Amino acid sequence: MSGNLQIGEDGRLRHFLSIEGLNRALLTEILDTAESFAGVTEQSIKKVPLLRGRTIVNLFFEASTRTRTTFELAAKRLSADVLNINVNASATVKGETLLDTLRNIEAMHVDMFVVRHADSGTAHFIARHAQPHVSIINAGDGRHAHPTQAMLDMFTIRREKGPDFGRLTVAIVGDIAHSRVARSQIHALNLLNVGELRVVAPRTLLPAHVESLGVRVFHDLREGLRDADVIIMLRLQRERMQGAMLPSEHEYYRLYGLTRERLAVARPDVTVMHPGPINRGVEMDSLVADGPQSVILEQVTYGIATRMAVMSMAMHPTPAQDNHG
Amino acid sequence: MADTKLHISGGHLLDPANGIDAPTDLYIADGRIVAVGTAPDGFTADRTLDAGGLHLIPGLVDLCARLREPGQEHKATIDSECRAAAARGITTLCCPPDTRPVIDTPAVVELIRHRATQVDAARVVTLGALTRGLDGEQLSEMAALKQAGCVGVSNALRPLASTRTQRRAFEYAATFDLTVFLYADDPALSDGGCLHEGALSTRLGLPGIPEAAETVAVARDLALIQQTGVRAHFCRLTTERAVRMVARARFDGLPVSADVAMPYLHLTELDASEFNPEFHLIPPLRTHRDREGLLTGLRDGTLGALCSDHQPHEPDAKLAPFPATEPGASGIDTLLPLTLKLAQDGALPLADAIARVTSGPAQILGLPYGELGVGRAADICILDTGAHWQVNRDSLLSQGRNTPFNGWEMPCQVRYTLRDGRIIFDSESS
Repeated sequence: MSGNLQIGEDGRLRHFLSIEGLNRALLTEILDTAESFAGVTEQSIKKVPLLRGRTIVNLFFEASTRTRTTFELAAKRLSADVLNINVNASATVKGETLLDTLRNIEAMHVDMFVVRHADSGTAHFIARHAQPHVSIINAGDGRHAHPTQAMLDMFTIRREKGPDFGRLTVAIVGDIAHSRVARSQIHALNLLNVGELRVVAPRTLLPAHVESLGVRVFHDLREGLRDADVIIMLRLQRERMQGAMLPSEHEYYRLYGLTRERLAVARPDVTVMHPGPINRGVEMDSLVADGPQSVILEQVTYGIATRMAVMSMAMHPTPAQDNHG
Repeated sequence: MADTKLHISGGHLLDPANGIDAPTDLYIADGRIVAVGTAPDGFTADRTLDAGGLHLIPGLVDLCARLREPGQEHKATIDSECRAAAARGITTLCCPPDTRPVIDTPAVVELIRHRATQVDAARVVTLGALTRGLDGEQLSEMAALKQAGCVGVSNALRPLASTRTQRRAFEYAATFDLTVFLYADDPALSDGGCLHEGALSTRLGLPGIPEAAETVAVARDLALIQQTGVRAHFCRLTTERAVRMVARARFDGLPVSADVAMPYLHLTELDASEFNPEFHLIPPLRTHRDREGLLTGLRDGTLGALCSDHQPHEPDAKLAPFPATEPGASGIDTLLPLTLKLAQDGALPLADAIARVTSGPAQILGLPYGELGVGRAADICILDTGAHWQVNRDSLLSQGRNTPFNGWEMPCQVRYTLRDGRIIFDSESS
């Protein structure tokens, strides 16, 4: 059902809600399209007129700077009009429902919603109830999915390692349980036929039956990083200490923090990634974060091209939409 | 009409409590069964109901049905739900105490009874609150609630403040020979969850409720039942392990019983895979193995009753992202047909299936219903097992149209329902 929801009858992208339900050809098309936009973002005049006259609304129910900014830049570089709406979650609890909020903004004739919300399933819910000509892009829903982040990570890996994911060993380290980024990355890497996919964390930071997602589970960092081609570090939220999931940041860093010494067991040309923002000295040492293997800032740059790709594909001009737009 | 002498002729009687499964006529006077099989001497019927080709079963007793009145009449009312129940063969509804206001005073008991009497459809019995306002701390006036007619006490879905409060509440209830109805949940383990903790909750990124939320509570409750000697009933068990724990306790002679709700016997956690809020239930749908364990418990009698766990909602309650929707499913429409479906699917013998929605729950409530022996109340459901219907928004009679069984084919239609000898539903005149 989510697959049908995301893909139109013509087989093209309609909404971008989760990696699950998509296929490898579509992921590759997104990466190829992003590649063509990467050129645009490197020019001095960084705009293409693809979405001129279209209106995109960034509807964020959860605080975000980085993701919202890159979506905004991506939309502007496609020449769309952009509206940023930050909805305080507590205001919606007391007053109008999510559906009311959606209907009100829809009435302003918008073409796309980029949605972030603390509840898993929100993007699916909105896609089910939005008007037929409106596209929904999931910018993060609860712990469920953050598919554009996963695609920019795939783009980064492809640029660093080439198109053959089958020969790569990728390790994702940290708080998998609460991470929508990790879930989307896992689905994307498996769809792209990654050679070996590992998760590394203590039991408290792994969700139930995590192996059912198609990963090998490691509790020891050294074991998990051995011969890895790509290491993805996840952000550790401070509240995990209060939830009795970890004793202290100190112990976490001692066991799971990425240092130069630990990096030595991975492949010499290993690529280190992080979706940001980084807690220096908690997930990783500054020497690694700023070191030669780190592509953390490239990830941010590629995020714009990847989001341009997804937005333009989901709003591909069709006759019906031309009438509307 | 109550004093009408009624003859129900030509029907096939299925009365598990009395071991009858044969073509049998019933004779009714003054609201009671006066004869089974042959007419008593001098009996002249004022009216004969032709039940040729139809089945007669005891009117159903639904152990857990939320009627939403008082307090949430935008979801349902006593009127709407008692009529829907009658049309689906249910003659007794047991209402848990989490109304608004809570059933913690005789006045609320009386209010519900009064409203139900006005409707003249299914009868309503109530569980009183175990603690005042269900706050989990201060004991309710249980003796007064019992005197007002409550058939047991419960804290509904709300936790008790401590095991000490629980112990005292059990002791106090035992003083007045009240059955305590328990919702087995450890709130610290289930906190924030909205789906069974497993592969699906991991995939959807929804906070899970582990099996241990139920088993830890059952273990704790069983220890306190043993300590206090209170008679207790576990409402809506969902896990195989909890069923086994209760079976063991019953074997050891503890005064405990348990029930299961219909969705948990037909569905599993995997049914919620597309964020469909109709499958948002608390406690959550569990695994295939748990479903098998529940069916085993239902077969061997550990689970003595099968209830609807009826929770009607207005449409808006389910129009939100999954975790923000209100949990629960409307269930009185599907209780009887899905019970028959269990038997048709071979999950358990038909007589046992019927017993779990009639004599089983009546026994747990300590009420003389759910069987059709001489002298019993004439609560009778007359049904056509050849008439099918499909579940959809338009076919449901409850005000709550929230069902996880949308599109399912139901294997029977109710032709008449009688309560205390009165026809409270007649499909041809409705």
